This record gives sequence, C-alpha cells and structure tokens, in this order.
Amino acid sequence: MKIGVFVCHCGSNIAGTVDVVQVAEAAKSMPEVAFAQDTMYACSEPGQQGIIDAIKEKGLDGAVVASCTPRMHGSTFMRTVARAGLNPYMFEMANIREHVSWIGKDKVANTRKAIDLVRMAVAKLAQNRPLYSQSFSINKRVMIIGGGVAGIQAALDCADGGLEVVLVEKTTTIGGKMAKLDKTFPTVDCSSCILGPRMVDVAQHPNITLHASAEVDEVFGYVGNYQVEVRKKATYVNWKTCTGCGACMEKCPSKKSRDPFNELIGTTTAINIPFPQAIPKRASIDRDSCIKFKTGKCGICAKVCPTKAIDYDQQDEMITEEVGAIIAATGFDLMDWHVYGQYGAGRYPDVITSLQYERMLSASGPTGGHIKRPSDKKEPKTIVFIQCVGSRDKSVGRPYCTGFCCMYTAKQAILTKDHIPDSESYVFYMDIRAPGKMYDEFTRRAMEEYGAKYVRGRVSMVYPQDGKMIVRGVDTLAGAQVEVEADLVVLAVGAEGAAGSAQLAEKLRISYDSYGFFMEGHPKLKPVETNTAGVYLAGCAQGPKDIPSSVAQGSAAAAKVLSLFSKDQLQSDPQVSKVDLKRCVGCMKCALTCPFGAIKETEVRGEIKAQVIETICQGCGICTSTCRQGAIQLQNFTDNQILAEVNALLSSETEEA
Amino acid sequence: MSQKLRYAYYPGCSGQGTSKEYEQSTRAVCEALGMELVDIPDWSCCGSSPAHTVDHRLSSALSGRNLALAERLEGVSAILTPCPSCLTNLKVSAHKMKDPEFAAEVNALLDFPVRNTLPVKSILQAIYEDVGPDALSPKVVRRLTGLKLAPYYGCIMNRPPDIMEFDDHENPIAMDRLMEAVGAEAVPFPLKVECCGASFGVARRDIVQKLSGKLLDTAASNGADAVVTACPLCQMNLDLRQDQINVANNTSHNMPVFYYTQLIGLALGMTPSQVGLEKLEVSPMALLDSLPARAEAQAQAAKKPASKGAQS
Repeated sequence: MKIGVFVCHCGSNIAGTVDVVQVAEAAKSMPEVAFAQDTMYACSEPGQQGIIDAIKEKGLDGAVVASCTPRMHGSTFMRTVARAGLNPYMFEMANIREHVSWIGKDKVANTRKAIDLVRMAVAKLAQNRPLYSQSFSINKRVMIIGGGVAGIQAALDCADGGLEVVLVEKTTTIGGKMAKLDKTFPTVDCSSCILGPRMVDVAQHPNITLHASAEVDEVFGYVGNYQVEVRKKATYVNWKTCTGCGACMEKCPSKKSRDPFNELIGTTTAINIPFPQAIPKRASIDRDSCIKFKTGKCGICAKVCPTKAIDYDQQDEMITEEVGAIIAATGFDLMDWHVYGQYGAGRYPDVITSLQYERMLSASGPTGGHIKRPSDKKEPKTIVFIQCVGSRDKSVGRPYCTGFCCMYTAKQAILTKDHIPDSESYVFYMDIRAPGKMYDEFTRRAMEEYGAKYVRGRVSMVYPQDGKMIVRGVDTLAGAQVEVEADLVVLAVGAEGAAGSAQLAEKLRISYDSYGFFMEGHPKLKPVETNTAGVYLAGCAQGPKDIPSSVAQGSAAAAKVLSLFSKDQLQSDPQVSKVDLKRCVGCMKCALTCPFGAIKETEVRGEIKAQVIETICQGCGICTSTCRQGAIQLQNFTDNQILAEVNALLSSETEEA
Repeated sequence: MSQKLRYAYYPGCSGQGTSKEYEQSTRAVCEALGMELVDIPDWSCCGSSPAHTVDHRLSSALSGRNLALAERLEGVSAILTPCPSCLTNLKVSAHKMKDPEFAAEVNALLDFPVRNTLPVKSILQAIYEDVGPDALSPKVVRRLTGLKLAPYYGCIMNRPPDIMEFDDHENPIAMDRLMEAVGAEAVPFPLKVECCGASFGVARRDIVQKLSGKLLDTAASNGADAVVTACPLCQMNLDLRQDQINVANNTSHNMPVFYYTQLIGLALGMTPSQVGLEKLEVSPMALLDSLPARAEAQAQAAKKPASKGAQS
C-alpha cells in the first residue's frame, strides 16, 4: 500500500509549536509511506489540490492529513480524497492542533508527539478498506419541540416551505415567554400584538399539527427517520369538543389557584384558559387546585359546560409521530433567585422578579396593567431595579451574561414612568450591555428622557423597614455607599436552560452544558446544528437570546431542515458495525448494550445471529467491546486496527529506548 | 440523642470578664440539656482580633495549641465555644491546617502536633443540631410567651459560609427556632448578620454608635422588646453602649440585650441570678415581669377572631 502524509502548518497555529518539516521528514521513513510533505494550509484550495496532485502523480492508495480535529475538516479531506479518485474512507486524520500544538509549548516534545500521532494514523490507514454508503429515503415531516417565539417561527417557515410540521408544546398554550411580556424593546411595541397573529397562523396553517400540553417521551431512529413518542398530558377536558367559551372559568369556585402564566403573582381558577389569546383556546384543569380532584365534591364545570367537554377520568395519551428532523426550541427559565438570601429569598413580598413585574405591567395581567405592591396593593413611587441577579455571578454558579436583562430593565424603567409619572426608578447595574441595533440608544433614553437613575454597583442587601424596602448598595463611580428607600424592588433575574432540558437532550442524544443549554455543532460555523444529524436548535434552548435573535435562529433552523429535505435520499455513514456470521454465536449481548436499538436478531440457516441495521447504527463501538467472540466489528475501527495503532506507538518508544 | 453528649469546651477570655453571664448561663443550660462540657486543660487565648492581622502562622499556632489540647481529651465529639470570635479563630486555623505545608509550619511551633480530627462548633450550633428545638421544647417549665425578640447573630457566626458551615449565612434561623421553642416570638429582623462595629468601640466610637444604633432602631421598628445575641462583643456594644448610642443618635432605646443562653435558662426554670441577668446593663426585669400579663393579652387576642370565625 502506498500512503501519502500531509502535515499542515495551519499558519502559526501548528507550525508555531511543532516542527512540521521534521514531522513530514519522519513520516517518510514509516512503513508503506510513499510520499510525505508539509503544507501551509491543507484545507485551502491549493492545499487540497496538492493532496489531489500527489495522489494522482504518486499513485497513492490512501492519505493521512496531520492537522486539526476531524470534527472541523474530516469531511473536507474525505471529499478531497474522493476527488482524487480514491474511496473517501481511505483517509485518516492525525489531530496535531487540538491534541498537540494548542496544549503544549515545548516544541521538541510537541514534535515527538505529532510524529507519534502520524505513525498511529499511518498504521491504522494501512488496514483501512474502502467503504460504501447506502442510500435511504427520508420522511419529510419535521417535529418542533417548544412553542415559544423561536418554535413558532421555525414551524411557520417549515410549513410555508411545504413541510408537514408537528409542534409539541408542554404547556396548554403556545406563545412561551414572549406571550407573557407587556412590551418589547427597543420599539416598545405590544408583545402580544406582534406575537398573537403568528400564534393564530400556527393554529390555522394546514401543514401544522399542534400538540399542546404534550411532552416528548422517547425518541427512536435516525436522521430522516425518527419515531417520537409524544405524551399528551391529561387536561381533563376533551379538547375536541371544548370551544373555549370560558363558562367553566366563570363558575369555578376554586378562584385562588396558582397561576403559572401570571408568574404566581395573580390567582386563577382551577379550570382555566391561561390568557385570552391562548392557542389552542381550550380549558384545562389544574389537578392540585381542583376541588373535585381534592375532595370528590364539586363538578360544577361539568354541569355548566355547554358541550359536555369535561372529563375527570381523562388519562395521558401516547401518540407516535414519524418525522425526518427535529428542532429543539425549548427556551429558558429564570434561574432560582431564592439563592440570593441577601435580596430577601422569597421572604419579602415587595421583592419581585422582572417577569412578575412584566405581568403587572400587562393590561391583561392580574392587576389590569396597574403597578401595585404585592404587600398592600398600593402604587409604588420609588422602584429599584437590581440587575445581574443570576448573571455574571460565579458565586451562584451563573458566570455568564444573560444578555437581555440590561435591555428589559431599561424597558421596564421607561414603562414605569409611563404608568406612574411621579415615580422614580433606580437601576443598579454592573455594566450596560446593549450591543444590538438601536439598543444603546434605548438605554440612554431610559436615563436621559425618562430620568431613570442608573447606579453602577452591586446591591449588598435588601430589607424591610417601616413599610419601605431599604436597598443598600454601592455606587462604584462615586465611591460611596448608597441606600435607597424603595416601595418595590424588581430583580432582573438571569436565564438558564428550561426545566427538563437535560432529560430532553439525553432523549435526543445531543449535548448540553451545565446550565441546561443545548450545545451547537460548532460555536461559529454550526450555530443551529447539533452533533446528532437531523436535530437542530432554535432560540434560548441554545443560550440566552432576545426576541430578534430567537426569531432569526428559528428561521435558520427551518432553512437547515428545508435543505436537508431538499434531497429524496440520504447517504448513510458506512463506518458502522458489521457482524462476522461465522463467528457470531447469537448470544445477542450486543443487542442488549446497543443504545440505539440498531442490532436485531436474525436467522441464518437455522441459527440465531445478530444483524446490524446500518442506517440506525451510529458507529459508537459499544457492541464491539461487548462481543466475546470478536464477531462484531466496527468498520475501519476494528480490534486489529486499534492494536496496530497501539503497536505503532509502542514501536516508537522502543526506538527511543 | 441516645448517646452521651460530651464535648471539649473552650470558654474564651471574655467569659472570664465582660461576658461572665454568658459563660455562667452557657454552663448551666448545657448541664440542664445533658451536654457535658469538659474544659480544655490549660487553654490559652485564641489571639482574638489582632493576632491574625500580624501573622497567620503564629495566629494559627495560638488556636492550634488549643485544638491539640482538646484532641487529647477522651470521648469528646467536638470542640465547643460560646464566643463567635474564638470560634472563627479555631475554625480558620483548622481549615488552613488542612494544607499539609501550612500545618507543618504551625506544628513546628507547637509542643505536639494538631491532628485536626475534632469538629469545632459554637454552643449555638451544638444546642441547635445535637439537642434541637423539638427536644428543648418539652423541657421548658416557664414559657416565655409574649416576649418579642430580635435574634441577632452578628457578622461572623455564619460567615464565611465555606468555613463556618452552619445555618444560612444571609438569613440564619437557629437562634430564631430555639427562641420559638422556649415560647418567645422571633420578630423579622433583617439585620441578623450585620456588623455592630465590633472592637471599633475602642478606636472609633462613632462607627459603633452608627452601626449598633441602626441595629437597635431596626429591632424596635420591627416590634422587638429585646435583642437576643450569641456574641459577647455584640452584646457589649448593644447593651453597655446603649446610653452612648442614645446620646449620639438622639434616640431613647431602653432595650434589654440578652444572651440566648440566659433566656433558655430562664425557660428551663433557672432563677435570674443563676443566668446572670443582673449583669446586664439595661435591666430586663420590668420586661420579664410584664410577660404574664402580655401572655394573657395575647391569649385574649387570639381567642377573639377564633370565636368570630366559629360564628360565621
């Protein structure tokens, strides 16, 4: 076999701390290496052409590129090798950037390690065999998980593109956090007036199926062919017959039920429609508050319902949806601000969250758009906003900037002045972060036109005294302690991934970070993809975002799905497990360990054998380490190939000794 | 609570002088609650507030000596001290000596090395965690019903949280719960962990007058009849200096400042002199004498809305 080795400088990225010329020189003496050279940028057009030319001129059978991670350019070089007429799997990559040059400064040691990695790649490539993809057809339906503004945008774009869309929303209405907002920055336009029509579009679009009050239970399959088990949670109301007339709400005697839509500052009835513009506009019963469920007596809603839609015995319903792609748009939750004991930790009624304040500002909120202190329902005159509560604070495990709090706090300060002209607003901030279009202008307007008093510094504590909330902080610009006697304190609470996002990520087999946000495929170049083919991200599920960014990402995810579905057939990755029927004894241990359900039992001449479903296999290799017979092997990652790599590494150690 | 509670006891210097009544009531209450205190033999000063500002090694050696002495006692489960300042010094030394290099430097100064095996706790923590409000309550023979208290923990009993490892560092509740267990009412007191001015009483009296004055103001405006403390220095600033504070701030507080052990002692049936009430500068006797009448009034007030509810 004739192997070519190409060692990349990556500018100074690799060549700065690795002697690439020496690596190429060392490669020349390795077995079966017929050609080796260093190259400035292997991935550039001349770099790739150099590889193609060498393969053709020297009649090479395979190529090793020593450069960056295969995640970045593995597929680039496979295409290069294919363009030179070789099978794309006759290619190996040695990662001498992330694994070598970026992590050590000792050029001698780095060079030695780079040579070792190249030696291992060559040893493995010598045993590679050409592999061929299979084609499989795709189901051109898409599921979108989460009906906030990002999910709505993605759903509408996909549906307008002609796809069948299944939208799964865990609460009883779509709209997400945006539906709770009174106004949006920096235009101060009515949130529900711009979102409402989009929500109606979702309800009316012929291509969209909406499952509200539903959650994803399990996900099977692979890109192009997913089966998703969706649990439609019991609402105790038959939504097919419910007309959303609201007669049940009027008569429900349990009027002090918790109201999650109003962030628990208002109350609602046990059977309720979350808000007048809800989509779907259907009632549902909160079991924990309902007198019928708690005591068995009542049943008034069933009596007054004109369409007999109430069904106290309703059970959760499981449905299976078959889709080809999934967009996760599960959004965010506020971090648990109760860890801030110094701000009251839920002890003081007049310390509220920004989202609670937003509900208070909203005309359809629990106070009808009037700002009232929760403690005595009086109109507050002095309001203190505290920013960065759960943002940029390592001490509570939230080191990142949530990014939109500066803006919504400015908006709330402006709205406060509109609602109560003789009020005074104080904003305690760390920095103002307003980098969007018309954003900085907006925060300046809050200060200059609306007279919000911005104080740079953290608040150390909030406590009640004589009917006021004393806010003690520091003005770091004046270098002085500040105490403000406030009537109401609003905490600008930061965001974290929505509750349950970690569990969903595991079902979708995508990565998530320690704050519950889903990880994108590449932070710069794959912002809506995940590392699982066919699963995309939109909105705050990927990280905190304001509305314009969420909408943009929703559209971007839709575009990715549309481009995926522009083909009728997809190519499978042939680097999957393969069963050696002669060795297989049919114990089926491999099937038990396979996390993807890619191995099934089959009968060959009366004997039980394992069989790999190639389109489902993800090439993880767990089965190969389970098989006692060594009968199941991952193609191009066989036991022999891994041993060859180990031997290559050991042989270099013997040489040195 | 089946096992015998036996502790090494570190009294600290203020217990020998300025806070004799704390020391006296602590010993009495612990005995009544079945907590055996074994004095650390030949204990020495913890270094108080100056030592650690001069040299961390020497400061830790001062506390290290006491830790090592306590470790030689038999059958003790922890080292207890009533004074938060002593507690801080003992705990900080023990914490820093987890670093073997630092421990070696300190041990080099000592006659015998610190093993760093015994936990260090405040008396408050031991009563709260090892006995507990639920076990204390049935032992009460004189419920302090009607007494409204502002529980004041001081700034160092719970902080820094990583070292003190006791209760909530912003809103501690141990003393609140114990006071409720003996029948008193703990009013909301938001300045529980604020500084009283500490030893600035010597150098900058104006600072203490401002900070301690604020504590008294807030306690009063939250409806407290008295403050209850767990720290000799806090008690001294609030009680002994109350006149100075009144003059400086143009206020007229006449607010008794108890140690929590004095109140537990009273509730357990001890006499005022057994818990050293006469040592308090602001006399609490009038307040304590008024308790039966207050309890009666409270019971009456509680009855009225209840009977009203029954009618409707």
